[in-house]
Amino acid sequence: MAQQISSDILTLADLGPEQQGEVVKIETEDGVFKRRMQSLGVVAGTPVTLDRAAPLGDPRIYSLMGYSLGLRNAEARQIRIRVK
Amino acid sequence: MKSPVTVALVGNPNAGSTSLFNALTGAQSAVANYQRVTTSLNVREITHGGVSLRIVDVPGIFSTSSQSPEEKVGCDYIHDEEPDIIVNVLDAGHLDRSLFLTTQLIETGLPRITVLNMMDEVRRAGIRIDTTLLASALGSPVVETCALKKEGVDALLDAVAAMASTTPATPMRLHYDSHLEAAIERVQQHLSTLHPQELSPARSRWLAIKMLEGDDEILRHESNHADLIGEIKGEQTALAHEHDEDTASLLASARFAFSNGLLREARQQEGDPTAGFKLTRILDDFFLNRTLGLPLLLGILWVMFEATFSLGAIPTDWIKVGVQLATDLVDKSLPEGMFHDLVVNGVMAGVGGTIVFLPNIVILFFFMAILSGTGYLARASFLMDRVMHHFGLHGTTLIPMVAGFGCNVPAVMATRVITNKRARLIAMLIAPFMNCSARLPVFILFAGAFFADIAGTVVFAMYMLSLVAAMVSAVLLNRIIPGSGGDAFVMELPPYRLPTLHSVLHHMWDSAQGFVAKVTGVILVGSVVIWFLQEFPRDIAYSQDFETVVAEQTALPDSPEKEAALRTLKSAQAQEKLEKSYLGRSAIAVTPLFQPLGFSWRDSAAIMTGFVAKEVVVATYAVIYAQEKGSDQLTETLRGAMPPATAIAFMIFTLLYAPCLSTIAIIGKEAQSWRWAGFSVVYSLSFAWLLALAAGRIGGTFL
Repeated sequence: MAQQISSDILTLADLGPEQQGEVVKIETEDGVFKRRMQSLGVVAGTPVTLDRAAPLGDPRIYSLMGYSLGLRNAEARQIRIRVK
Repeated sequence: MKSPVTVALVGNPNAGSTSLFNALTGAQSAVANYQRVTTSLNVREITHGGVSLRIVDVPGIFSTSSQSPEEKVGCDYIHDEEPDIIVNVLDAGHLDRSLFLTTQLIETGLPRITVLNMMDEVRRAGIRIDTTLLASALGSPVVETCALKKEGVDALLDAVAAMASTTPATPMRLHYDSHLEAAIERVQQHLSTLHPQELSPARSRWLAIKMLEGDDEILRHESNHADLIGEIKGEQTALAHEHDEDTASLLASARFAFSNGLLREARQQEGDPTAGFKLTRILDDFFLNRTLGLPLLLGILWVMFEATFSLGAIPTDWIKVGVQLATDLVDKSLPEGMFHDLVVNGVMAGVGGTIVFLPNIVILFFFMAILSGTGYLARASFLMDRVMHHFGLHGTTLIPMVAGFGCNVPAVMATRVITNKRARLIAMLIAPFMNCSARLPVFILFAGAFFADIAGTVVFAMYMLSLVAAMVSAVLLNRIIPGSGGDAFVMELPPYRLPTLHSVLHHMWDSAQGFVAKVTGVILVGSVVIWFLQEFPRDIAYSQDFETVVAEQTALPDSPEKEAALRTLKSAQAQEKLEKSYLGRSAIAVTPLFQPLGFSWRDSAAIMTGFVAKEVVVATYAVIYAQEKGSDQLTETLRGAMPPATAIAFMIFTLLYAPCLSTIAIIGKEAQSWRWAGFSVVYSLSFAWLLALAAGRIGGTFL
């Protein structure tokens, strides 16, 4: 079962509008960005949904921990999630 | 405790700590509904219950370890200053995220008070918070407030005063899993052998955690202890091996696990959990709509500038009447002579000619308060990020840019929201292109004189042009300035809020006061100086003997021809006198530079004096024309002075040329380099010249 779930691992940028995601890991070499994301609640296990996209599809707004976070797709691609 | 007791207000950006600071101290610091309005420490001393308190408003931070430059002021303050009491301000509606900072503040071991701010929003959303449970779990008193309505302020002050007069209890600690705890313990022991007797247990635990987290600042402090650094590296590797995660992530996860667990017990939701955000959602469906979003943004800006022009025109007429009455009164009551001329043609013309724009400025600031107070400005940055990204800019750059519509000085300071150093420098250099309110009088005057039918749209066009100039410059600067890399766009979108009437009125009142202070300060002095410069020297060698010619004419019998000839003579004399004055001579000296743009020496004079502050441009025209034509109808006179195409070129030149002295000074200070300030002057002058030339030529073929 655990194996099956991990094969569904995507990045935050792949999250669709009706999907429920859960943060797995931040994959980046940039320590400052990583700590910044962590302090905003992007840690393993945090549920996250896609709220809406800007007119040109980038950046996008995500809902997590009861607030709205705007992120560019380039950054969202560094956040691994699993889709429930 | 010592006196005064230092109380630091620490919270996430946009948690309302500045509003709370204002409520506690009666200060009037700027607040808005987006992040990082406060970029430096605000300090005020007050007394409550016989205890004197030094309240410090610390710029918002999400954590004490993110090390991004915009959080540096806040983090450094907590690390280095060690306030006596930390008042941890939490947005009660966003506890899930904001308790993370609380867990880090717990580890500092400093006495704390937890404030649940914006409780009104939470209650409205049907959420109940068990503050007793929260207080015991966080090891600190909990106070509920609503800073904007000044609710709970006395309770907070009582709690602070009570804490100040008792000895602090043993600080609580957060427990991590056994591997982490063992690692913390070992580093802590190493630290106490290196610094015997210096560190309290709480302090050494805090340092150990920070070092394991990889806090560069603290690691640098200890960099001469190679064995300690080595040990930390070793612990980090072991932990990563054990948990398949780096230590910072482990600590972050553990902190969120603590706060999530606590909230599950302490918070109860009644009714629909999304009820509180419903309005925000509906509004966002509209304002952030994928097709309507950007056109709406443009439409909102157009309405804003159109209203600034047209609504402003009504009270402006009243002020004009008042200025006219005052000028007539002074004109009649002062005896003829130099002092009379100085007051009527210098002071009254310059100050009166500028003060009439007060309503426009106040209306502009009303709109700016609405934009930033509601949370729309944060959305505008979100909408514009992609477009601005094409120009090598960042969506958040929009906030300093819009702030620049008020004044470029705070705009340059507001670039602190930008994390990347290079991106910040670029933002700083383009900020002066933003059409600040000091330039507004010039455009209102010119648009009214030359394009009365579409004046509001012309003013709007100038604002749009200022944005375009900024964007184009950003592209150029991105090529010129070495280095690469921008910022990540990470921005919280706050819920829509209704700005309080008080804060909007305060914004407007502030801008009115600032403008009046400028008019009675730099404009008044400027007008006097300009009057003297155009009045002296008095012993002018005229090209012809006017006195004799006038006397000859006067001796002739009365006729319409005689009247006309006398008028021509008088005007020619006034003209020559001006041209040979100090002002005229120096303006004529630089006029060749502006010849291609079609500017007369009067325009050059206005441009030169506008370096000090751009409102002086209007004052200069007012003084020159008051003297020359004896006319107070500046608009009429101006209309006859140049063709419309030249007026466009002049507006564009005024919009773009060199920042005023205060802006140059703040760029030098914020960029920590006078070279960049100098660059800004040279660059904007050349840019303005080229664009004005092009616009004048193109305009000339159409108009």
